[in-house]
Amino acid sequence: MKLFEYMGKELFAKYGIRVPRGRVVASAEEAAAAAAELGPPVVLKAQVLVGGRGKAGAVRFADSAAEAGTAAAEMLGREIKGCRVERVLIEEKLRIDRELYLSVAVDGGARRPILLASAHGGVDIEEVPEDRLVRYHVDPSVGVLPYVAREVTRRLGLSGNVAREVQRIIPAMYRIFCEKDAELVEINPLVVCGEEVLAADAKVTVDDEALFRQKDLPYVEERTAVERRAHELGLSYVELDGNISVMANGAGMTMATLDLIQAYGGRPANFLDAGGGTGEEATAQALELLLATGPRAIFINIFGGITRCDDVARAFVRVKESREIPVPVVIRLVGTNEEQALAILRAAGIEAFRNMEEAARKAVELAGGEG
Amino acid sequence: MAIIVDENTRVIVQGITGYQGAFHTRQMLNYGTKIVAGVTPGKGGQRVEGVPVYNTVMEVLENHEAEATVLFVPAALAKDAAFEALDAGLKVVVIITEHIPVHDEMAIAAFASRRGATVIGPNTFGIVSAGKCKISIMPHQFVTPGPVGVVSRSGTLSYEIVANLTAAGLGQSTIVGLGGDRVVGLSFVDVLRLFEADPATEAVVLIGEIGGNAEEEAARFISSMTKPVVAYIAGRSAPPGKRMGHAGAIIERGRGTFAGKVEALRGAGARVAEFPGEVPELIRQALTS
Repeated sequence: MKLFEYMGKELFAKYGIRVPRGRVVASAEEAAAAAAELGPPVVLKAQVLVGGRGKAGAVRFADSAAEAGTAAAEMLGREIKGCRVERVLIEEKLRIDRELYLSVAVDGGARRPILLASAHGGVDIEEVPEDRLVRYHVDPSVGVLPYVAREVTRRLGLSGNVAREVQRIIPAMYRIFCEKDAELVEINPLVVCGEEVLAADAKVTVDDEALFRQKDLPYVEERTAVERRAHELGLSYVELDGNISVMANGAGMTMATLDLIQAYGGRPANFLDAGGGTGEEATAQALELLLATGPRAIFINIFGGITRCDDVARAFVRVKESREIPVPVVIRLVGTNEEQALAILRAAGIEAFRNMEEAARKAVELAGGEG
Repeated sequence: MAIIVDENTRVIVQGITGYQGAFHTRQMLNYGTKIVAGVTPGKGGQRVEGVPVYNTVMEVLENHEAEATVLFVPAALAKDAAFEALDAGLKVVVIITEHIPVHDEMAIAAFASRRGATVIGPNTFGIVSAGKCKISIMPHQFVTPGPVGVVSRSGTLSYEIVANLTAAGLGQSTIVGLGGDRVVGLSFVDVLRLFEADPATEAVVLIGEIGGNAEEEAARFISSMTKPVVAYIAGRSAPPGKRMGHAGAIIERGRGTFAGKVEALRGAGARVAEFPGEVPELIRQALTS
C-alpha cells in the first residue's frame, strides 16, 4: 500500500524529520486560504500515487493566494496518469541549495534492508550512475547504529551541520521502515536550504501483508472495484486490457496461461489466480466475477493438486445452468479427480481440454484472434 | 543421494492440528515421510493421524529426534514459530505459510543464517525427495523418482511441469519450491549448487518468473555448471508495475523483465522453453546430447 505524499510527510514529522510547512486541500477556496496563511510563493502538488509528477504537470508554483486558488482548481478532479486528483498539498516554496537522495528498501536478493543514498537527488534514482550511489545493507537484527549514518554521510561527501542533520534523518527513516512495516521509505529530494535539511517529497510503501498490525495507518485504496471484489472472495486478481478472461490456479500457472494466450495472438483481460484448494463455491463466484467484466471468451486452466477438478467442473455446470453465458468458454482440467470432472462436463455437453497449449490456442481462436 | 532431505530425515509439523496441517500430515505420512511429532501450543497430548502433539518444539526434542520442521501456522504467528524451530536447533525449516510480512521474513532469514540452518519458503509448496521424503503440499501422484532436479518459484506451475516430465518418462531427483515471496530462504543459486554436487541429479529444470534478479544470478552460476539446465520463465505477457499474485512477480523500474532473464539464461548456456509443455523434450535433448 502506497501512502500519499502528505501522509508520508505527516509520518516523517512524527519521527523528527523536517518537512516544509504545508496544508492539504480539496477545493480552490481552501487552496487560496492555505496559500495566504503559508505566505506566497507556494508550491502546489497533486496528491496522486504515480511517479514523475513534475513532468506530468502535477506540480505548480503560485505567487499569490488567488493564483494558488486558480492552480488548485485546475488540478483538482484532473486525471494524472490514470489517477484522479482529489487533494492538493500546498507548501512554502523553498530556497534550495542542493538536493540529496535517501531511501530504505527491502532487497529481496540479499534478504535484507538496503540503505541507498546519493548526493545527486531530485532525479529518478535509476538514472543516477552507480558510482554516485551509496549502498549499505543493514543487518535487520542489529538495525542502523549511528556509525552507519556517519559512514553514509562521509561517502556522500557531506560535512558540518548538513552531515549531522542527515545522520539524524537516516536512523529515523529506518525506524519508520521497521515500525510501519514499510517496503520502501524514500526521500527524493532531501533538500538543503542553508543550514536546514528537509524532506521535500515522501514516498512510503507499506507491506500489504502487514496491514493487519498497522491499524493506525490511513488506508489508501489503489485497486479497482473488480479487484476489490476479487480480494474479498480470496482471489488474486489484476485487471489487464485484453478481452480473454482467464481463471487459473497458482500465480506462476496463471502467468504462464496469460503468456500462452499472448503467444497465440490473443490478449488476456485479467490475471485471476483462484489459488490452491479452491472449492466449488469460490470457483462459481470467480466465474460470475469474470462474466461481469464482459469478456469475448473465458479460459479456465486448472491443474488440480489440492484443487479438485470435479469441484471446478461442478461449479461451472452450476453457473451455466443458472444463467446464460453469452461467450465461449474453454476449459482445461488436469489432475486430482480429473476423470470425474470430465464426466460431469461431458454430461453437460462440454468437452474439456487436457493439454494447456491446445486449450489456449482454442480460446484465442474463439475470441476472434486479435481485436 | 538427495539434496537437503532424504529417507532418514525426521520431521516435525508445526500447526499440525489445523485443517491444512492435519490434511498434509496424512499426505506426507502416506508418502513415507518420517513425521515424529507435531506442535500446536495448547494442544499438547493430542494425536493427529497417530502423530503425538506437543506444546513446544523443545518439548518435542526432549522426547524425539528430528532434523526438519514444516510450518502450517497462520501468517501472523509464523515468525514466532520459525524462530522457535531455529532456536531449538532444527536445521531445515520449511515454511508453507503465505502472506507473511516481509519484515518477519527478513528477520527469519537473518536468524537462520546465524544458526546455520536452511529455510525453504515462505509461501512454498516445500520439498520432495522423490520416493524418499516429502515435506510438501505437492500432490505426489505426479512425482516419480529419476534424474531430473527441479527448482521453482511457483507451485502449480511446478506440478504441471513435473507431471509433464513424469508423463514423458523422465523422473525427478528432488523438487524444491523456493517460494513466491520477495524474501525467501533459498535462492536458485543455492539449490543449483546442491544439484550440481548431487550424484542423483543429471539435469535441472529451473522454473522462474518475472521480477527480482534471482534468475539473472542463477544464470551466472549456470555458466559454471557441468549439468544441463532447462528453464521456463512465466510472465512474458505481464505489464510493468502490476504485481502478478506473487509478491516477487512485478517488473519494477525496468528490472526483472522476461527478456532480460531469458537472455541471461541463454547466454549462460541454459535451454529456455517457450511453453511449459516443451520442458520434457528439452530435458531429453540435454540428457542425450
